[in-house]
Parts: sequence; structure tokens; C-alpha cells
Amino acid sequence: MSERSSANTVFQLPEGMPIAFELNNLNLHYGSSHVLKNINMKIPKHHVTALIGPSGCGKSALLRCLNRMNDLMERVKTRGSVKLEGEEINQSSHDIIRLRRRVGMVFQKSNPFPMSVFDNVIYGLKIAGIKDRKVLRDTCERCLRAAALWDEVKDRLHESALELSGGQMQRLCIARAIAINPDVLLLDEPCSALDPIATGRIERLIHDLRDHYTLILVTHNMQQAARLADYTAFLLNGELVEFNETSTLFTVPLERRTEDYITGRFG
Amino acid sequence: MIVEKRRTPRGHRKAAQESVSKTLRARLPAFPKRPKVRGGDFLLWLCAVTTGAVLVLYLMLLGVIAVNGLQSLWPKRVVTIEMEDGRRLIGQLQGHDTKHDRYRLYRANRVFQGDDFVWIEADQIETKDYHRDIVLVERRENGNLIGYLRAIQPGNLVSDEAALWQEVQKRRARVMAEEALAVTKLTKRMATINGRLEKLRLERRRYEDAGREPPDNLLQDETRLHETYLELDRRHLRLMASMRGQLVVLEDAAGIRHLVPFSQIVRAYRPNRLSTFDRLSIYGDKLVELFTEGPRESNTEGGLFPAILGTVMLVMLMSLFCVPLGVLAAVYLHEYASEGWLMTAIRLAVHNLAGVPGIVYGIFGLGFFVYGLGGSLDELFFAHKLPIPTFGTGGILWASLTMAILTVPVVIVSTEEGLRSVPRVVREGSMSLGATQFQTLVRVVLPMASPGILTGFILAIIRAAGEVAPLMIVGVVKMAPMLPVSDEFPFVHLERKFMHLGFHIYDAGFQSPNVEAALPMAYLTTTLLVFLVLCMSFAAMVLRARIRARYSELSL
Ligand SMILES: Nc1ncnc2c1ncn2[C@@H]1O[C@H](COP(=O)(O)OP(=O)(O)OP(=O)(O)O)[C@@H](O)[C@H]1O
Ligand SMILES: [Mg+2]
Repeated sequence: MSERSSANTVFQLPEGMPIAFELNNLNLHYGSSHVLKNINMKIPKHHVTALIGPSGCGKSALLRCLNRMNDLMERVKTRGSVKLEGEEINQSSHDIIRLRRRVGMVFQKSNPFPMSVFDNVIYGLKIAGIKDRKVLRDTCERCLRAAALWDEVKDRLHESALELSGGQMQRLCIARAIAINPDVLLLDEPCSALDPIATGRIERLIHDLRDHYTLILVTHNMQQAARLADYTAFLLNGELVEFNETSTLFTVPLERRTEDYITGRFG
Repeated sequence: MIVEKRRTPRGHRKAAQESVSKTLRARLPAFPKRPKVRGGDFLLWLCAVTTGAVLVLYLMLLGVIAVNGLQSLWPKRVVTIEMEDGRRLIGQLQGHDTKHDRYRLYRANRVFQGDDFVWIEADQIETKDYHRDIVLVERRENGNLIGYLRAIQPGNLVSDEAALWQEVQKRRARVMAEEALAVTKLTKRMATINGRLEKLRLERRRYEDAGREPPDNLLQDETRLHETYLELDRRHLRLMASMRGQLVVLEDAAGIRHLVPFSQIVRAYRPNRLSTFDRLSIYGDKLVELFTEGPRESNTEGGLFPAILGTVMLVMLMSLFCVPLGVLAAVYLHEYASEGWLMTAIRLAVHNLAGVPGIVYGIFGLGFFVYGLGGSLDELFFAHKLPIPTFGTGGILWASLTMAILTVPVVIVSTEEGLRSVPRVVREGSMSLGATQFQTLVRVVLPMASPGILTGFILAIIRAAGEVAPLMIVGVVKMAPMLPVSDEFPFVHLERKFMHLGFHIYDAGFQSPNVEAALPMAYLTTTLLVFLVLCMSFAAMVLRARIRARYSELSL
């Protein structure tokens, strides 16, 4: 097994490709459970990378290492190195606020704040000290349009966000994350609560963003990963089993376990 | 074997499923067609009955208090009773003891007859009748007087009853409008001059303490003001004397004549001539008096205004201290301090503090706030007034601080509960957008925890309004000469002693020289206290419900 996994981590991105994240021997423990085991991978800049794997394999945990969301939890231990554009972020001296402004995140569970739709979208700007009403209004509209939500909420911008439907809340969270104009966007199953039309628009958004943003997408939907992602990583029980170009991974997987998973014979 | 393997995938899956579901069916217990849930029904009934019983008990308690309190204001008819032994009694029948078949008669005139109340045996009553000319006079001192109107002094004797009554009304109105008003104005001016004199005296003493002669103009001012004061005092005495000279003469059941100065009359009416409307208006009048006037006759009569004001002010000041204190402590404990055995110990201690009896806090308040803080304040800022203490004695500030200490644990516990109810994903959402922990706290967490904070606030109000014991040693008095708020600078006087409804109940009900006559007052005060607590917590609950409605959708 060790032979195989080492063979996979050897996968190298094409020469000269800019790298967003570089993980070296990343290990994560939640209390006594070892959630991520020796992860080594390079995530390319300005591409879409998909993380797939069965439920509980550590996709969300890995994502949360990239903006150090795990710091907020108790009894959590992160060892190893995480570099963002060559800069080590997994050390306490790193400016965590700046990191989180650069690495936006959309959570698996939608989590709107108990305030108006408008205030939700501009929350990140407001806490950063931006007060110009016009800037705030324009940003709000642009981000809501991008998240395919504008038409539905344009008349109720100042009503509570908690009155939106589950799918609308999820898109609101996407708009909110785009609003801080991050370099990287972490998307944890962004379409799991959406209907096909909204899903289509979010996929369009991801497609449009790929040129100027680094996108990391967790999904359970193989077709979606195949459609959107340039690169795909398959995780199993906290191990990175295979990481490759999406077309390669879905057509000629190197690993038996990957093949089992994507053909649905497993997990 | 080979043939089986060649089955289409669908057929294969179907076969597998069939066998699984078959074994499952066989393994699971057969479910009874009609489940027996009578146990559940019984439990439901038990809960309902218990709740009902508790509610009924509470309503009964409140009902007894409220009925007893509120009916005491109703102007009852006055009966004249001839007894078998020839005695004649005048009074209001208040209650019937069915066991011994006897009536309780309120005779008033307590100075001459000793007690306000007598018991009379029903079988000794010869006749009962309701004389139309009987007058009931409520006096500022010595309670009510019941009797017949005989004359007005000074003045020509009027024999006609109706004309006499009209004259009484007119005269009383005049005395109230003119003389009483003049007296009030005069006393107010005298108080102002007194205050200026006191200032001058302190200034003079400062010179003397420094070993210097006070300047001449200071001494002159002092003499001049003093003379003005004496002149006003003489006028005051003259006015009072002239007012005392205007009397109404009443004759009681025993034929004794009583002289009542008009200025002493609070209210006078002929109880047997009143229409229902008249009674209602007197009742309303008395209710208004209850809310707006001060007490009389060592708290057994009159109004409750100073006590209401004291209670409300105490609770408001207390919340001003305890809510921020409790919220800050809870935020630190829940959001910043790291969990460990120390935190567990602190949390346990806080929970237990909520159960410490009030008197313990009272003693702490006396030692720490009154003698400690108050004593030092006096030495630092009010040394010229010593040995008369300013802050070094019980007062509303120290009482509310003591109450705040007493209620802080409640606020801490429920604020922590509120903070715990804020979902982690929402906090993470805020942090993921680059917010600091503090920004997250202020903008997202605290608003979402506010129902919990308000719950703590409500519980604190309820606890504070009901506590009397600690207050008795840190500032509550039976009779406060001055209110803690006034129209003189600085308007709010935190060092002053104050009155409190809870203490009023104790005082009227158990400490007054004439407990029987004070009982209605005790009932009324209790009713009012309960009502006040209900009002305050109801207001807070409405607020909480509104806030909760804003966040109710967020069930993550
Ligand atoms: N707060 C936590 N405390 C302890 N263990 C946790 C915690 N959160 C997650 N885990 C564990 O970490 C492992 C990885 O969880 P993670 O949320 O990353 O799974 P996932 O791949 O995102 O699954 P899903 O597709 O269901 O979201 C799981 O085994 C889970 O039980
Ligand atoms: Mg997940």
C-alpha cells in the first residue's frame, strides 16, 4: 500500500505551472482520531481542483486546513506544512485574518447571519472597514448576480436572510464569499441543496471564475467534478489515494480503489 | 454457476435484494396491529392535571391577595346598630365569621375607642339601620372618623343638615386651594433658603478650619438669610394657626364631639347617600392616591408612591449594573477562557452563587459598599460634612449594587446558555470572511445570544424585586423623608435612603402598632408588588419574543 500511495503522490504538475497550495506531510487529528494522514499535494493556481471521496473521508477537514478554520475547534492538532504561494501558513505567526481574506470559503451547511440579505453580502467588506455606500451597493448587486440570486432577492434586500429558502441561503453564502474578492475560493459541496437550474448557474460561475481564481471544490457528484475540474483528488479514510488531471483520473485511474469508487462499486 | 453469473445486473440486484428483505422480515419482530399507548395517555393526563393544579394554586394565592387588597378601597355603607344591652355602635361591617355567627365592625375613631375593629355577636343585634346623614372623614392623622355633622367653626351655626354639608365642601375646597397652597409654597421657599444657609455655613467652616477669619460679606449674607428664614417661619406658623382654626365639628356614636381642622381632611363623604357612580369615583380617587401620594400613619394608610418609585428605581439601577457585568463575565467564560478544571470549578461556583441567601449579600454590601467604598468616598469628597455620612450609610446606590451582585450569577448562567445556542457554523462563517473573534462576537454572536441575555435580565428583575432581606441593611427605610429623585440638582440622589414595596409589606403587615388596621395596606402593597414585577418582566418578555422572532428561522 505504501508503495502505491507514494507512487501517486509523485504525480507532478506540468513544469512551470504556478502553484497555489503546496501541502507537505499534512496530518490532522481531531482529538484521538487521525483524520488526515500524510497528505502531499500541489494545487495549481487559477484552475479548478475537485476533491472527491466517500462521506467522512476528510474532504471538509482538508479544505478547512487551507484557511485554518480548524484552529477554531478544540483538541485539534495540525502537523506538517501548508504553503500558499510559497508562504507557510500553518504556523501561529501567520496573519490569519489576511489569510482568510485571501481564501474565501463556502460551507457545507449554509450559515447566513441573522441580518438582512444586503448586510450578509457586504459583511466581509464592512468588517474590513469599507463604508462607501455606493461601493457596498454595487458589490452586493454584482455578487448576488454572480451567485444567481439577484433576481430572486432584489426586492427584499433589506429583509432578514433567515427567511430565504435553503437553496437561496446557500447561494447567499456563495455571494458573501465572493464579495471579499479572495484569490482562492473553497467550495464545500456548494450545490448539494440546489435545484438543477441553480446548480447550472453556479457551475457557470465556477467555470467563469477559473481564469482568475483558484477554486477548490468538494463534491459528491462525479459528473460535476468531471465537468468542472481540471484536476481531481480522491481521498479515502484520510489518505490521498490519487491526484491527477481530471480526464486521466476518470478514464484511466492508476489505482484500483479510485476505479472502484468512480464506477460506484465502492463506498 | 456460469449461467447465474450471466444474469443481467438488474436481475442480479433484484435477487440479492429479495433475499435480504426476506431475512429482514423474518428477523424483525412482528409489530402489533394496534399499538397500546394508554401509558402515554395517562402520562399526558398527569402532566395536565399537575399543571392545572399548580396554576389554580397560584391564581388562588394572587386572587386572595388582590381581592383583599382592592376591596379595602371600596367605600362601604355605614350601619348603625342598636344592641340588646342598649349600646349603640356605628361602623362598616367588614366580614362575617360564620362559625361563631358574629360580625366584624369597623368603627374607626380609634383614638377614643382604642381599636378600630370590634366583633359583635349576631344574636345580640337588635336593630340595624343606615342613617343617611352619617359622615365619614378620612384624616391625615389618627385614621378615619365616623359621625354626624354638627357645626363649622368659625361661622354661624347652620341647623340645616344639607346646607351644612354644602358649606363643609365649600370651605374645604377653599382651604385646600388657598391656605394649603400657600403653606406648600412657603415650605418650599424655606427649604431653598435652608439649603443656601447650609452652603454658607460650610464655607464659613472651611475658613475657620484653615484658621482664617471669614470675609464680612459672607457673615452678612448669613445673617440676612437667617432673618428672612425667621420671618418666613413666623408667617408659616401664622398660616398654620389660622388653618387649624377652621374646623368641622362631628359627633360620634357615643355623643362625643370631635373637632377636625379642614386642613386635616383628606376626603369626606356621606357613605349612605352615595350612588354607585359616586362610589366608583371615590374608589378611583383612592386608587390614584395609592399611586401618587406618600404614606400616612406609619405606612398603614395613604399612598405608595415613594415605595413604588424606590422599587422601580432600584430595579433599573440594578439592571444597569448587573446586565453588563453578567454579560461580560459570561462572554469571557464562554468565548475566551479555555476549558479545563479551573473553568469547571468557576462555573460551578457561579451556579452556586445564585443560591446564596440574600441576607449574605446584604451583609457583604454593608461591609464592602457602605462602610468600605462609601466610607472612603466620604473621607475623600465629603469630609466637610463628617461626622454626618453622605455615602457612608445605606442608600439606593449601594442597595442596587448589592442587588446587582446578587443577580449577576443568574445573568451569567443564562447568557452562557444563549452563547452556547449560537451554532458553530455561523461563527465560522464570520471568521472565514476575515472577522476577528471580537468582531464576530459583537456583530453575530451577541445579537443571536440576546434572547438568552434577556432571559437572564428577566430572572434578575424577578429575583431583585422579590428580595427584601439584604435591602434592610443597605438602605431601605420605613419612611424616607426625601425621594431619590427630585427637582433640585443633580436630580438623582444616589446616596439617599429609599422606600421599597417589599419592605413596606413587612412593615405595614408586621411592624405597625395597629396591625389589624394595616392589613388592607399590606394586601394592597403585595398586590402592587406582584403587579409591578409582572409588568416589568412582561415588558422584557415582549422584547425577547420580538428578538427571538428575528432569529427563529435559524435552526441549523
Ligand atoms: N468536530 C469534530 N470532532 C471530531 N471529529 C470530527 C469532527 N468533524 C469531523 N470529524 C471527523 O473527521 C472525519 C472527516 O470529516 P469530514 O467532515 O472532513 O468528512 P467529509 O469528507 O467532509 O464528509 P462529508 O462528505 O460527509 O461531508 C470524519 O471521520 C469525522 O467523523
Ligand atoms: Mg464535508
